[in-house]
Amino acid sequence: MIPLSHYLLLSAVIFSVGVVGVMTRRNAIVVFMCIELMLNSVNLTLVAFSSYLGDATGQMLVFFVMVVAAAEAAVGLAIVISLFRNKQTVNIDDINILKW
Amino acid sequence: MTFEQIVFYSLAVVTIFSSIMVVVQRNPVNSALYLILDFFCLGGLYLTLNAQFIAIVHILVYAGAIMVLFVFVIMLLNLGDTHKLADRLNMKKIIGIAFGLAFFVELLYLLGFGTTRSISQQSPAAPEIGTIEYIGKVLFTKFLFPFEVTSFLLLAAIIGAVILAKKKIIH
Repeated sequence: MIPLSHYLLLSAVIFSVGVVGVMTRRNAIVVFMCIELMLNSVNLTLVAFSSYLGDATGQMLVFFVMVVAAAEAAVGLAIVISLFRNKQTVNIDDINILKW
Repeated sequence: MTFEQIVFYSLAVVTIFSSIMVVVQRNPVNSALYLILDFFCLGGLYLTLNAQFIAIVHILVYAGAIMVLFVFVIMLLNLGDTHKLADRLNMKKIIGIAFGLAFFVELLYLLGFGTTRSISQQSPAAPEIGTIEYIGKVLFTKFLFPFEVTSFLLLAAIIGAVILAKKKIIH
């Protein structure tokens, strides 16, 4: 049998890779993909706890996280498209119109 | 090693490999394809946890809907290797990687010392919990209100996406 801590370790690794990606990549779409990675690692944690503790609440939470991720992807990509239309770039270093 | 362990560890290795590839690939299309591989492996991991419904929904929603949207936007914006020169290792990236590693060490600390006793096997109720029947029952009784609220969230997301992606409004 696989102990619960192995699932938690795996999701910690994926989450950290996502954090590194968000902080190092400059392409807005890749940053979004790294955010999806982080959301997925949290989902893995929730499902693991759900089936090791015998409680369905974790799987419900995964369901809602998926809804939020879908909404986030739709709105985020719409923002990327409108940014590209205005500035011809998706490099987040060049997008600084809100910077004081 | 039992069959279960072989499945878990091979899926875990592929998942970690593909998530690292998502970050290090230069071309966003390759990143997206590795992310799809990652999602399939995560679906397999959900199956090892006896969460059949979540596994299927995960594949459908992520690999089927969200990643199609991502790939579509990448193709639409025609982003090839446009930022090759900017992809060198610089100070910002080193700091980013250092923060990521620090975060990982913190997580390891939490895992190793926060919970001294780890649960070694799944709950006997786990195969029952993952079924569509059980999830449907819980979703439409205990979680009915959050379920209804998500419809508002999706409506707001649809309207927001349409308005944001519309042609530029001239004042």
